Amino acid sequence: MYSSEIILQTIISGLLMGCIYALVAVGLCLIWGLMEIVNFAHGEMLMLGMFTAFWMFTLYHIDPMLSLPLCLVILFLIGVATYFIVIKKILKAPFLAQILATFGLGIFLRYLAQFMWTPDYRMIKNPALAGRLGFGGIFVGIPELTASLITILSFVLLYWFINKTEVGTALLATSEDREAASLMGINSDKMFALGWGIGAACLGVAGALMSNFYYIFPEVGFPFALIAYVAVALGGFGSIPGSFVAGIIIGLVEFLSGLFIVPAFKYTFVFIIYLLVVFIRPQGLWGRY
Amino acid sequence: MGGNKNKWLLLASGIFILIIYPLIFTLPFPRHLMIMIFLYASLGLAWNMIGGYAGQISLGHAIYFGTGAYTSTILLMKLGVSPWAGMLVGGLFSIALAFIIGYPCFKLAGHYFAIATIAIGEIAQHWMLNWDWAGAAIGLTLPILPESLINLEFHTTKVPYYYIAFGIFTLTILATYGIDRSKLGYYFKAIKGDLEAARSLGINVARYKFYALALSAFFTSICGSFYAQYVLFIDPDSVFPLMLSIIVCLIATLGGVGTVWGPVIGAFILIPISEFTRIQFGGGGKGTDLIIYGFLIMVISIYQPFGVIGLARLFRKKEAP
Repeated sequence: MYSSEIILQTIISGLLMGCIYALVAVGLCLIWGLMEIVNFAHGEMLMLGMFTAFWMFTLYHIDPMLSLPLCLVILFLIGVATYFIVIKKILKAPFLAQILATFGLGIFLRYLAQFMWTPDYRMIKNPALAGRLGFGGIFVGIPELTASLITILSFVLLYWFINKTEVGTALLATSEDREAASLMGINSDKMFALGWGIGAACLGVAGALMSNFYYIFPEVGFPFALIAYVAVALGGFGSIPGSFVAGIIIGLVEFLSGLFIVPAFKYTFVFIIYLLVVFIRPQGLWGRY
Repeated sequence: MGGNKNKWLLLASGIFILIIYPLIFTLPFPRHLMIMIFLYASLGLAWNMIGGYAGQISLGHAIYFGTGAYTSTILLMKLGVSPWAGMLVGGLFSIALAFIIGYPCFKLAGHYFAIATIAIGEIAQHWMLNWDWAGAAIGLTLPILPESLINLEFHTTKVPYYYIAFGIFTLTILATYGIDRSKLGYYFKAIKGDLEAARSLGINVARYKFYALALSAFFTSICGSFYAQYVLFIDPDSVFPLMLSIIVCLIATLGGVGTVWGPVIGAFILIPISEFTRIQFGGGGKGTDLIIYGFLIMVISIYQPFGVIGLARLFRKKEAP
């Protein structure tokens, strides 16, 4: 049996990684809840966020923590651009077209990145955030800890923005009833673009944070995207806090199942969660299915 | 009618050209190219049965391909069973798998179903990567047997492989044509068009969705078994990957979902592009053909979701006065 130290360590690591999953999931949930389009290029946008931080560091020696606002802005613009170039045209298209359009974008971005930057794994060496803290026998990496704190802060800011500001309320209105909202004078086109921008901006933040401690390579985004789909389903369709909490839960499950059961199957358990959720409780934990 | 006669002429000349193709092109590569076209066209046609006709977007179809490949291979390696029998057994396993997957998954709608199929496909690949009895990540190398039809292995020439692939391709087209013209296909299209309306008319939606998936799984599985005998090596990354599921879906969509010839056209366009970009831009894992794939998928989805056949129909409408 494992010592309580190892179990506690696993739980803490799971929670910390779960915060990253949570932020990625929140971005996906925003877009999905807003216009019922699943961004199958979500993982690749995360990858772009990570590479942005990497190139800022490698070419201009800007530390990821400093380039974080830049990553946020660049990904926001990418999200808005994606909306106008791709998504706007498929809003009324058959369902297959909607899935394939973002899927195609994802594949295109992934292999373009592989072509331009090679499939090599990159790492940011000596970022400003480094080292670890120790409490008793438990060790917490400083980059991971800071990442979690910033993701929680981002989530709080996002929640405040959506629920307490006028623009946020307009977003909520559009996601609830597009036509009624536009009858009220809310430009749904702008709302959708904003939704995509914010959803992608979450990935910019998550990417910049992860570049401190995670390998960066073109295929890196895919597992995170898959976990995001599970998190949104688990948290409940349309519920942003739900997705956040679900992301953390999934981080826990992944790490704990890696510890207690074979590590090779840890993603399998995440997918089993997805299947269990959609079969047993389709509305997720907090959703408005 | 003149129009029909032209169609039959076109069909007959097409068949004739395909039959004499290996006699004209005697080098291995053109034959390999056409074999791949036949294989992927069959896969696209098979996907089309559930995705195009019945409208259920499965993004995890590789699971049936892999099941076919592994079943016939393991039966050959452990029990010496002929790959032909192995092919059929693999097909039956795939139908059973379709039932197990379909029964819960068909209750899901839209995006949730698609993601569920991705999840199941990934679980299957992970499982196979770790299943030591079936070779795990190392894969299975098929035993080199004396060249014969029973063994489905040929070492001196690709011609028998060509005609077998052509046979599978023809079979799948005939099956699709049968679906297209039959009551079965009618029910599939009804389910795709408006599920609730179909149900209210008395169609047992769950049963017909399963029929579509079972047919689709069977033909996909046959292709998997053929692939194993052709390449003589299989591993989870070559027969179970998500990318295969996507490509299969793309081939059907590019040509035109829900039609008999759509996936065929899709394969005739995509496979040459894939093979030639791989040659042009070199190997080394650059994946340039995938950049083109991604771009094509986007363009098709945005501008012509009904594929090449949709485009052709547009032109025909413009011609009519």
